[in-house]
Amino acid sequence: MSGTTEPGVNMERRGVRIVDTFAEAFDMRAARVVITANSLAWAMTGARAMTGFATSVIGCKVEAGIEGELGPEDTPDGRPGVSVLLFAFDADGLSHRLLDRIGQTILTCPTTAAFDGLPQAGERVIVGGHLRHFGDKYQASKSLAGHRYWRIPVMDGEFLVEERFGVQKGIGGGNFLILARDQDAALGAAEAAVEAMRKVRGVILPFPGGMVRAGSKVGAKNYKKLSASTNDAYCPTLRGRSGVKSELPDNVNAVLEIVVDGLDRAAIENSMRAGIDAACRPGVVEITAGNYGGKLGKHHFRLHALMGTA
Amino acid sequence: MITLTLREQPVVPLEAEVVTPDVTASLANDAIRALPVYLGKKQCRVDDFFTVEGQASDEIEIRGDAKQVKWIGRGMTRGKIKIDGNAGMHLGAYMKGGSIEVSGNVSDWLGGEMTDGFIRVGGNAGGQVGAAYRGSRSGMRNGTIIIGGTAGLEIGMRMRRGTIVVGGLVRDFAGLEMKGGTIVLLSGAELRTGAWMNRGTIVSLAPIPLLPSFLYAATYNPTFLRMYAKHLGTLGITIPYDAKDGGYRRYIGDSSVPGRGEILVWNPHAS
Repeated sequence: MSGTTEPGVNMERRGVRIVDTFAEAFDMRAARVVITANSLAWAMTGARAMTGFATSVIGCKVEAGIEGELGPEDTPDGRPGVSVLLFAFDADGLSHRLLDRIGQTILTCPTTAAFDGLPQAGERVIVGGHLRHFGDKYQASKSLAGHRYWRIPVMDGEFLVEERFGVQKGIGGGNFLILARDQDAALGAAEAAVEAMRKVRGVILPFPGGMVRAGSKVGAKNYKKLSASTNDAYCPTLRGRSGVKSELPDNVNAVLEIVVDGLDRAAIENSMRAGIDAACRPGVVEITAGNYGGKLGKHHFRLHALMGTA
Repeated sequence: MITLTLREQPVVPLEAEVVTPDVTASLANDAIRALPVYLGKKQCRVDDFFTVEGQASDEIEIRGDAKQVKWIGRGMTRGKIKIDGNAGMHLGAYMKGGSIEVSGNVSDWLGGEMTDGFIRVGGNAGGQVGAAYRGSRSGMRNGTIIIGGTAGLEIGMRMRRGTIVVGGLVRDFAGLEMKGGTIVLLSGAELRTGAWMNRGTIVSLAPIPLLPSFLYAATYNPTFLRMYAKHLGTLGITIPYDAKDGGYRRYIGDSSVPGRGEILVWNPHAS
């Protein structure tokens, strides 16, 4: 991935240059899981376990993250909850990941239950309908208001899981890069961006702490079998190295990237807008974005268009 | 809305299965007046017993003591029937959708073998609410029946899905041969509750006599009941679910058949 820059008017925000480029993102399939528990802390424990090791669909088969906390009035069983979003290439893959992750991390987590968070989605995949077999025929189902749920006996009582989960189109791979004078400045700006972006519903930031330091390019120059390798053009320590065409201004010594997946374009735009604005702070030199020249992903998020409407 | 006002109490039960929005919604009042009803084996017209007023609609209001009028809303799929008074047997039987509201009492077989829809009765109901007809394998398969008062024998007999809530005391054999679904007894029931039940849930908020073939399992607070509490709360019904208030004693059975059903009896903490 490179930050293909196109000539255009200069844009700055609080002294930070915003490059006239775009983030390139892809069609994905998304699911939302509402995890409830006797306390928000236990719902969050389950949500964190479920969204672990889910940073990149390439390496983890799924991208997942916490969308937000839910009050008792917003959950099906009236308990505190956490909303989780998962993104994969297709519905079939997503159904397997839902089955694996709910089965291994929510079924096992004390007091939790798992509900479909996309009841309006037309496409549906079976999850609880498969997980029920863990009940070894001691399970029971309940149908209420058009939804079917499975009650699986477990050692602290019963695990309740919805039979089917909705799947809808989503967008994965929205991104921007924060180019800063030093590591502290990059980290501080990225933290501020993540905090702002997490207030937007309908998106997740799947990487650790919402940010990624190991940006990648497609393939590798020196290991032909690798599908992805380090984004040398944005590695400060490689500036000046033979064979490396650095994209970094001279005064940039650290870069962090924020990747955002969303249920729709508007959600990604809103989160990127909030994140870029928050990242424009002292010590940051430039905000740019990663793309493949517009050839791979059909969703392009132009930074100037986004920030021009801020 | 079409309004049917009972002019004359039938001397024997009147069979009026044409009184359903599916039949009347597209008809002019004269056509509704001419619809057939049966007094015993004698075919009569609707206007032999009712005055018909109002405009074509999928809402019907029935005024008067219709306790002798059977099969109202039979097989209805949409719309609403409001009965300002009592209603006779088989109200909403085979219902597939829509809603029925009754301010007074209803007789036996309310919502018999219904597959969807909503029925609310303000007063008392007879027996066999949501039940399977004799010789039939399954009773109600979905939908919701709410009864404000008491109910008679064999409610929910062989029901497979759906929810029945009864505010007052229920007579014997509630949930007889039940196959699924949920019965909520806000004031408990008399004898032999859940006899021969295979699956399904009977929730009682009051202590009830249990058959010896129901075996105590545990006291807990089922998560699914929280969903029912939330759902029923929107219908004005409160059921307890919070562990700080108490727990449900779970009895599984009926072990005299291969029963995988359950009776949950609310057990509040001593105050």
